[in-house]
Amino acid sequence: MTQALKVAIPGIHTTVQDAGRPGYQGVGVPVSGPLDRVSFRLANALVGNSPGTPALEMLFQGPALEVLADSVRVALVGCNSNIEVRTDNGRIIPAGQSVRLARGEVFKIGRLEDSVCAYLAIEGGLDVATALGSASTYVRGALGGFNGRALRKGDLLPVARMNAEMRAERVMSRPLDLAHDQPIRVVLGPQADYFTDAAIKTFLTSEYCVSDQADRMGYRLDGPALAHAKGYDIASDGVAAGAIQVPGSGMPIVLMVEAPTTGGYPKIATVISADIPVLGRRRRGQTIHFAAVDAAEAEALRRGQEAFLQQCAREFGIAAN
Amino acid sequence: MNVRFLSLGDTALVVEFGDRVERVLSDRVLTLSTLVLEAKLPGVVETVPTFRSLTVHYDPLVTASASLIDSIGKLLYATTGAAVQMKLWRVPACYAPAHAPDLAEVAERTGLAADEVVRLHSSAVYHIYMMGFVPGFPYMGDVPQSLVLPRRTDPRTRVPAGSIAIATTLTAIYPLESPGGWHLIGSTPVRLFDATLPRPALFSPGDAVKFEPVTVDEFDSIRAAVAAGTYEVPSEARTT
Repeated sequence: MTQALKVAIPGIHTTVQDAGRPGYQGVGVPVSGPLDRVSFRLANALVGNSPGTPALEMLFQGPALEVLADSVRVALVGCNSNIEVRTDNGRIIPAGQSVRLARGEVFKIGRLEDSVCAYLAIEGGLDVATALGSASTYVRGALGGFNGRALRKGDLLPVARMNAEMRAERVMSRPLDLAHDQPIRVVLGPQADYFTDAAIKTFLTSEYCVSDQADRMGYRLDGPALAHAKGYDIASDGVAAGAIQVPGSGMPIVLMVEAPTTGGYPKIATVISADIPVLGRRRRGQTIHFAAVDAAEAEALRRGQEAFLQQCAREFGIAAN
Repeated sequence: MNVRFLSLGDTALVVEFGDRVERVLSDRVLTLSTLVLEAKLPGVVETVPTFRSLTVHYDPLVTASASLIDSIGKLLYATTGAAVQMKLWRVPACYAPAHAPDLAEVAERTGLAADEVVRLHSSAVYHIYMMGFVPGFPYMGDVPQSLVLPRRTDPRTRVPAGSIAIATTLTAIYPLESPGGWHLIGSTPVRLFDATLPRPALFSPGDAVKFEPVTVDEFDSIRAAVAAGTYEVPSEARTT
């Protein structure tokens, strides 16, 4: 018997993601995984899943899904929107709280408020085949997720469990800080020496904003142009999520989770791993300030974020009925 | 050789041997890659060899940049190990006009006859410097000097899978349909990337490729055999 979520409305770009697909960057396969790892982790934790369980990433606007299983438990994290149950027994469940839904119920996540991306975790996870050890969707390579692509109307998205047991629902003790005013911290390099001192200063003191060319591969920014000191072509070298490459136009592009694994433009700096989720949430037109830290500070910030995530999971409360 | 450790955020470290596309740099990079993987340093997730640097991806919850620089620094001067058996692949290549949309233009721009372009391109043994751009895409070189051309000024939005291309000192094969700005001078029916295999990419950085010209009929029959799963790309141990 089918146990699935039926896609009534797919949203703009809804994909299955897990913790990502490391191990194949040397042969050109990007890691993929969630743009906002923090919200992805918290959504999974709210429904009792282990950290890397396959969940849905939504961009700009969420889907409408019909429950085709005896019951499911889901949770939304990463934006200030609600899960709206539109069938009989209609109800509205805010982000940051789990909810159990019964067969035949249709629920909708509309426009994502205050973030570009958000995550819907399903208790037990989505039951999709893995590719190269991961369920993450890599659209350009047609790999992983649901048939290697974003969801479409009518898709039957298999869930791992037929039934979600009755239990108290979990709620985040305080809403997730989406950190829209926080500077995006970077480690300068690996090719900071390809830029003039004035360009580094401009980069660290100016206001940039997310352009309309922003997707899971990269966020192109608008703002003051950055001058190269010795050309803008380099013999390709490796990149990582967060690397900020600057092509001839002088406009920085922050490479994100689905970017190619190597690149031929100099990289002025790299967004630290703790702040990639913060940048991932920023909407088109929203402003960005950068601040420099060194690698050791960046590693400490990441460890701090991990401790925060574990503490959040310990402090989940019980939702009022 | 001046080796530099460069920071690529808090999840990756770049060991840079130089800034050019050069075989001597590539050999250092590939040797270090093998040594780093063999050392099984805690927290190292994977390595990405490129023309002139090795990117070492790491988990900042397990290790730290400073201790990796220390451990990798010691490996730089290791003299043992890293004897990896690389392969030479003999890749069937069809240079017939229907499979080579830019061959006539390349011949014109280089002042060579089309046959001579084919002879030159298929007589060299190419070193795979690195893979990137899309899954399984090999950056190979160096092409004979008389075939060196800049990239096209008008990149194509769709280059068919299997296209064999040249640009600058390099040659490549497009493993899947993608945009591309290189000159398309042939095609191969061989599949370069298959995610259902434990080793999804046919080639590894450090392998060598020689193109073996085939006719349109041979191309078609190899393509049928590839589809039926009965074709194996001829290969042998790489000696140089």
